Amino acid sequence: MNKNKEQLLNKRYRAERRFRLYGQSAIFMALLFLTIFIFKIFSTGYSAFQKTWLIVPVNFDAEMMMIDQNPSKEDLQDADYYDIALKSMADLDQNANDDQKNQLKRMVSYFFEKEIKNEILNNPSLIGKTKEVYLTASDDLDQVFKGNYPRDLPEDQRRVSDYQLKIFDQLVAKGKVESKFNISFFTYADSREAELAGIASSFMGSIFSILVCLMIAFPVAVLAAIYLEEFAPKNRFTDFIEVNINNLAAVPSIVFGLLGLGVLLAIFHLPRSTPLVGGITLSLMTLPTIIIAARASLKAVPPSIREAALAMGASRMQTTMHHTVPLSMPGTLSGTIIGLAQALGETAPLILIGMVAFVNTIPGSPMDPAASLPVQIYIWAESAERGFVEKVSACIMVLLGFLIIMNLFAQIIRHKFEKKWS
Amino acid sequence: MRKNGVKMIKIKAKDVDVFYGKKQALYNIGLDIEENQVTALIGPSGCGKSTFLRCLNRMNDVIDICRVKGEILINDFNINDKSCDVVRLREKIGMVFQKPNPFPKTVYENISYGPTIHGMAQSKQEMDEIVETSLKKAALWEEVKDRLHEPGTGLSGGQQQRLCIARAISVRPEVILMDEPCSALDPIATAQIEELIDELKKEHTIIIVTHSMAQAARVSQNTGFFHLGHLIEHGSTDKIFKNPDNTKTQDYITGRFG
Repeated sequence: MNKNKEQLLNKRYRAERRFRLYGQSAIFMALLFLTIFIFKIFSTGYSAFQKTWLIVPVNFDAEMMMIDQNPSKEDLQDADYYDIALKSMADLDQNANDDQKNQLKRMVSYFFEKEIKNEILNNPSLIGKTKEVYLTASDDLDQVFKGNYPRDLPEDQRRVSDYQLKIFDQLVAKGKVESKFNISFFTYADSREAELAGIASSFMGSIFSILVCLMIAFPVAVLAAIYLEEFAPKNRFTDFIEVNINNLAAVPSIVFGLLGLGVLLAIFHLPRSTPLVGGITLSLMTLPTIIIAARASLKAVPPSIREAALAMGASRMQTTMHHTVPLSMPGTLSGTIIGLAQALGETAPLILIGMVAFVNTIPGSPMDPAASLPVQIYIWAESAERGFVEKVSACIMVLLGFLIIMNLFAQIIRHKFEKKWS
Repeated sequence: MRKNGVKMIKIKAKDVDVFYGKKQALYNIGLDIEENQVTALIGPSGCGKSTFLRCLNRMNDVIDICRVKGEILINDFNINDKSCDVVRLREKIGMVFQKPNPFPKTVYENISYGPTIHGMAQSKQEMDEIVETSLKKAALWEEVKDRLHEPGTGLSGGQQQRLCIARAISVRPEVILMDEPCSALDPIATAQIEELIDELKKEHTIIIVTHSMAQAARVSQNTGFFHLGHLIEHGSTDKIFKNPDNTKTQDYITGRFG
């Protein structure tokens, strides 16, 4: 081998090593960003899955509840719990003045009355007795307990007063503050109070929107794809349609939101803020994604299969329905799921059709007002209270979990059916 | 087959021209195909022999830009006529392709598909019978009788091609078109298919496109030689191979081009 040739060869190897290095560093960068992002979300959000409770002794005094000693169920439902709730909190400090009593009351959520009521509804024999009841701590104390609240700020810049902190520290010392898994985060709807805010409304809103979107987008897109791929003549007109489907896929989502606002709400007068309208709007957005995926997977079916069926005397329709479409289904379905995952994470169009409204009820159907998970993130991220910071991250975690499950599902479908026949 | 010494003509092609867009692929083809005989179509690549074969069951319809002119009479009925129903035509004219293309379904479903869509079996037993006889005729029964409900795509290449032949004969076609059926197979599988072709000609008229002149000589009774879209010469295989009239045929057969 002459020297020149050897040099050239070394040069080629060096170029290859260099290229490999570029590739590896690109991957490293991507992974680094992802890790930082995930770490940030988890470190901020994990504490939202815990909730702080104050354990407060409550005296279920029949007289104060304005009921007799042996009340019926209805009596208990209608009884007045506010006074005993207020008294229980005030009793934490025997020497409290009126202002301090008021501060004591604000150490727990405004649900305290309801929490006490639930206690006695579950166990009516408590009447006349005293029992320690778990009350949801206010979001500020919740943050104090989780160590997220700067205690060293001057008092006038804090939402928690020195007095509240003193009583709280006494309770902690007595072991009367407990942290438990935050079930209400999943079962409560949104609330102005961070300690009572949950994702139930937005979660159901998302599910309903996705279902509506699926039911509209999937059949329309699959039929369009089958027609374009298997039946339509290839001419200028179908080329034009194809180009425009691709254009539609590139339209910014907010434009679809405007369309939903201008057409669905203004002309058809569909109910505002509902998953129905949200789902229809999202389906417009998902349509091109599914059409493109379905066409690609129809194209991927080998022409030899179509020829085989046609040569057996199958009509075009039979060839399509018996062979081509079933073979293209795995690809179409995984494309659909990816399209739905996109729709699930969509925020802008939903804001425009009013799904950004504050909804503190859990929707029972697509016709009820609801938020959606990404919009919920947006709403909470706008809120000033410290308690919402961790909620935002927790909600992102739920949304990401949802998306990961959907994508995993798409992968499984694709792999399972690919293996079967190749 | 000759009845009272007269050739029975199954297919009669007259002045067939085929165009792909503006490009003409076949010029003025006129060819008679005898019943219950094997007719081989030979010629160099791109000479139009497959195109002609696909005219016979109108598979060229699938190609948007393809136009076919002229008459093709099968049982004295012009299949290029508007009144011809393609589905009925393809029921009568089966086809086997170059690459084995079983449906990605079970062996059983591959065979039963044709009879099902044409409503040829009234009961499960009848269908079982059709599947069994088709596979037996395709000399595949012994090899797959225990795996009827396994994917047809899991068979070997030669088995897959015989499965495709079994699928084609399941609807009892009068004519079977074979487009280079052995080009993707090894010599042993090829020998099996050739043997099968010889057997099948008792009940079917067979037209086979092949690249291999040896194969044409082995399996066919008649041969047509195509070159650049023209049918140069056709006649009995014996004559074409031993004493062709045209020098181009002579050159091709002796391997001087192609």
